[in-house]
Amino acid sequence: MPGFDLQLLLHGQYHEWLVAGLRVSLELFALTIACALPLAVVVALLRLSPWRALQGLGATYVEVVRNVPLIAHLLFWYFGAPELLPDAVKQKLYAGNYEFIAAAIGLTLYAAAFMAENIRSGIRAIPAVQFEAARALGLGFLPAMRRVVLPQALRVTVPPLLSQTVILWNDTSIATVIGVAELMYQAARVESAAFRSAEAFGFVTACYLAGSLALTAIAAWIHRRWPVRTL
Amino acid sequence: MIDLIQTYWVYFLIGQYPQGPLGGVAVTVLLAALALLLAMPMGLLLGLARVSSIAALRRPVTALVYLVRGIPLLLMVFWIYFYLPTVTGHKTDQFSTMLIALVVFDSVYLGEIVRAGIQGVPRGQYEAARALGLGHAGAMRRVILPQALRSMLPSLVNQFVSTIKATSLGYIIGLTEASFIATQVNSQVFIHPTAVYLLLSLMYFILCFGLSRVAYAIEKRQARRALPRPARSPGSPTANANAGSNA
Repeated sequence: MPGFDLQLLLHGQYHEWLVAGLRVSLELFALTIACALPLAVVVALLRLSPWRALQGLGATYVEVVRNVPLIAHLLFWYFGAPELLPDAVKQKLYAGNYEFIAAAIGLTLYAAAFMAENIRSGIRAIPAVQFEAARALGLGFLPAMRRVVLPQALRVTVPPLLSQTVILWNDTSIATVIGVAELMYQAARVESAAFRSAEAFGFVTACYLAGSLALTAIAAWIHRRWPVRTL
Repeated sequence: MIDLIQTYWVYFLIGQYPQGPLGGVAVTVLLAALALLLAMPMGLLLGLARVSSIAALRRPVTALVYLVRGIPLLLMVFWIYFYLPTVTGHKTDQFSTMLIALVVFDSVYLGEIVRAGIQGVPRGQYEAARALGLGHAGAMRRVILPQALRSMLPSLVNQFVSTIKATSLGYIIGLTEASFIATQVNSQVFIHPTAVYLLLSLMYFILCFGLSRVAYAIEKRQARRALPRPARSPGSPTANANAGSNA
């Protein structure tokens, strides 16, 4: 077994491949969070709405998305969905960077289903009387939300949402299935070009672990700094 | 779509078996069940170590939990598939690779479920058992674990759902599980990719949604039975365990 060649990771072509992969992973992660959070809020509000049809819509979305593995989502968005489009559009998609878009769509829809559940249970954790008491004390709807309900709801919601982003950061690795040139893809490329699996996977492990532990530490800090207050 | 199902349903369910290796949905379910079963004893030991008062037991297991949760399962699969053979000198086949990865993954998550289950049993139970003259091991085995394990059942079923979903990673290293077979069907039929992948998703949905309903029903029944008993400590064990479990 050859020794661990650190130089390989610090300069040269393999270094560039891996760093490019890290950049793509981070881009995918950032884009997905930016799109998934608003969608998750909408789905959570659907499930909390007073209309049964909207509740059902929200619940169906969450159950359908959560009970299918991410790989099946990505395969569907990459191979399956473009078939429904006209030929010309399809050609154009595959000629461009469609794998990245398909991965972003799949990851966004997948992550939003889990985040929606975090948000929903956070809002439900605040008793309705809190809102009613705030209104009775003379606060308007918006001040009551902003000063009474949301400060409490955010304390409950943010730590599990951050744990969810850790899972999302790890899940970006699945995008390699449809050929997005992110970390796992570049690691496999280095492995097959140089037979340097320990170095390539070591680099990737350090990247994922650093991201996950940083997010976990932030979640723990927020949890301590703004503890959940219950009645 | 009907044609597609009629032509390929046997292939999708069991692969080329009995002419060739078993594949398809059968491999998906078999792999998930085997991984969860093998992980159970490990999970119990890891969970006990996590709540141990001995730091030398608790700390390495805690580190392992952070490590396994902090990296993608796919990365673990790559380590086992590409790196392990350079150490052992033997090629690890696809099924064994996925089995090893899933057993490690499940052991860690089951360990957290066990930990939450133990911590969900009120402390007075342990103290009462000790006061009655049972040792630590006796109190754990006869008083705490029987209560903890029962409350863990819904989480265990949910972990089975997670495992079934995770077997789809086998696709990437060429294990002939359901997603891989679906892609093979897709390249043979070629003109119906939307239908092929919708059917694949539908299969996973039926399997996983059905199981998660079972977990929900068990949880409901336990809640009903638990009602006449004295109030539990805050945070029911199943709720804690689910919060920790992965997507």
